[in-house]
Amino acid sequence: MSKGEINEIANQEYKYGFVTDVETDYIQAGLNADIIQEISRRKKEPQWLLDFRLKAFDYWSKSVMPRWPHLDLPDIDYQKMHYFAAPKQKKAPNSLDEVDPELLKTFDKLGIPIEEQKMLSGMAVDAIMDSVSVKTTNKEKLAEAGVIFCSISEAIQNYPDLVKQYLGSVVPANDNFFAALNSAVFTDGSFVYIPKGVRCPMELSSYFRINARNTGQFERTLIIADDESYVSYLEGCTAPARDEYQLHAAIVEIVVHDRAEVKYSTVQNWYPGDKEGKGGVYNFVTKRGLVGEDAKLFWTQVETGSAITWKYPSCVLKGDRSVGEFYSVAVTNNFQQADTGTKMIHLGKDTRSHIVSKGISAGRSQNAYRGLVKVVAAASGARNFSQCDSLLIGDKCGAHTFPYMDIKNDTAVVEHEATTSKISEEQLFYCQQRGIESNDAVSLIVNGYAREVLDKLPMEFAVEAKRLLEISIQNTDGVG
Amino acid sequence: MLEIKNLHANIGDKEILKGLNLTVNDGEVHAIMGPNGSGKSTLSAIITGNPSYTVTEGSITFNGKDLLALKPEDRAREGIFLSFQYPVEIPGVSMVNFMRAAINAKRQYQGQEPLSSTDFLHLMREKQKVVSLDNRLANRSVNVGFSGGEKKRNEIFQMAMLEPKLSILDETDSGLDIDALRIVAEGVNLLKRPDNATIVITHYQRLLDYIVPDVVHVLYKGRIVMTEGKELALELEKRGYEWIKEKFDA
Repeated sequence: MSKGEINEIANQEYKYGFVTDVETDYIQAGLNADIIQEISRRKKEPQWLLDFRLKAFDYWSKSVMPRWPHLDLPDIDYQKMHYFAAPKQKKAPNSLDEVDPELLKTFDKLGIPIEEQKMLSGMAVDAIMDSVSVKTTNKEKLAEAGVIFCSISEAIQNYPDLVKQYLGSVVPANDNFFAALNSAVFTDGSFVYIPKGVRCPMELSSYFRINARNTGQFERTLIIADDESYVSYLEGCTAPARDEYQLHAAIVEIVVHDRAEVKYSTVQNWYPGDKEGKGGVYNFVTKRGLVGEDAKLFWTQVETGSAITWKYPSCVLKGDRSVGEFYSVAVTNNFQQADTGTKMIHLGKDTRSHIVSKGISAGRSQNAYRGLVKVVAAASGARNFSQCDSLLIGDKCGAHTFPYMDIKNDTAVVEHEATTSKISEEQLFYCQQRGIESNDAVSLIVNGYAREVLDKLPMEFAVEAKRLLEISIQNTDGVG
Repeated sequence: MLEIKNLHANIGDKEILKGLNLTVNDGEVHAIMGPNGSGKSTLSAIITGNPSYTVTEGSITFNGKDLLALKPEDRAREGIFLSFQYPVEIPGVSMVNFMRAAINAKRQYQGQEPLSSTDFLHLMREKQKVVSLDNRLANRSVNVGFSGGEKKRNEIFQMAMLEPKLSILDETDSGLDIDALRIVAEGVNLLKRPDNATIVITHYQRLLDYIVPDVVHVLYKGRIVMTEGKELALELEKRGYEWIKEKFDA
């Protein structure tokens, strides 16, 4: 396929780039102890949480943004940003009739089913816009099973003991620069508690939407799976197309108790910026799970969005015989940059981890895999298998792999495989000779490459992810 | 069906085809033979629109259409099929998905609805029989982990699925043992109809024991220098290509 031809390929714009016209309540821009107190006051938080925030802020003030990632990180002026923005509405809505129709329309446009009649029976959704949760569906049905699924703000009010016990237990406030920032200013997010022995009767899903201008989104997700429980959790995200960058710094903490199993799937589709690299979301996320005895945690992610991605969903395999798995597809196009991967920390005996990372770079983007496999001295019988593949589309992009291994036990078996490939002219021509158009051929080849990961996603998510992949790699420059 | 006139073509700056003429009619089987480097594979690449080659002069019409004006995928949808000398591997893309994309692209081009999954799978099963491929093929990635013989049988399977008007077999016999050769040839013969045509590009005569050509051409230095009946292939087998070189280098 010639370069001219690839440029002819339909330019599908980021279709979630619209802005919702809704009145927004802001707390003035800037970050200091007063602002944090104001956030806490507005959210009617208990003193312990305010203390938690202020301590985090103190740590953050003394630390600097990490410069080690393979990213061209711009300076971010944290004082110019708003840390609280909420769509104005009459307090917490009890029923959908009380939710601003503009907000309902927004989620409808995004294809998120929060209206009762459109609700999927097999899924509960928490829809979050800017700093607040708009609506959580199917709560009553979940309550019958004893499952708590609500916004973290509600959880702080209604289940303060649970939140207090677990908040910061997996990702401490002083874990890193962005974790400290989030701990100081997080505004909303989702909270999940699955009681002992309960298999959650439906998929739980959170949908994050940035809308307001010059506003950071700092959501906080806390998932607790008690002994012998099971839950599958899905996360999706979008943002309007704006010329200026938007900051997103989230924390996801997962506590997987003994013999429990948690599947966490993400389709990340934040606005990636335009073709010249203007605007887009800066995505700095800390995701980690603490895994108990004979327990399992699976991370699956399809990352197509964000101008900058910095994220390493990790498993701390604390319990003996615990299992951690990480499946990832990260696509970068145009001027996007990603430094992403995972950490598998083997603390318990006979722990197992499996990593499959598929990077796809197109345009002028830079895509790095960074992964750590750590086996401590006590973790006898630990096993890890890592596979890191990179696919290059065109010759102006970059793929990088940074695997770290820190093995302190002789009985550990750690394997690492890596490949780098290019979509070849021969593959494209072979498809074309069978009547398949060049852009369809690229989609087919990319989907084939990512199949191992896509197969791990729940069905309805897999379809969405496949379509997203196709859109993200269209209009790539310089194939062949 | 196919009419090539005064075709000149380059790869890079090097002229490979230097005024080639060829006419193929409905129902005919043409063999194109010639020593290595004479331009045989270039000819198949040009007919199918491989972007690595450029046409500098001449014309190709296919059922009245200017073939050189069409994109490679449209040439395929018009009914031109190439059995590749080196079939390409596409990891992770199952044969089912690959063939479904190909069939439905062609159907769309012809203004038809896509095939239903049931009809499609039925068609796959039926056509696999043509080259004795088993059902597991459907879920395997395109050509990945296929033996040399399986790859060539897979090409003929795709030909059976797409029902082309003109099939070009580019060195399909290379790397095949005698059993695989027979299966492939029988498949091709089974697909022969009065309204389609086949061009067999080969260096050796042995494939032509099974696929009997109506016409045999000798391609040498970018031109067709001899055109005769099927007995020419036997003569080339016996005498080699040296006498051709001597005759036409003079």
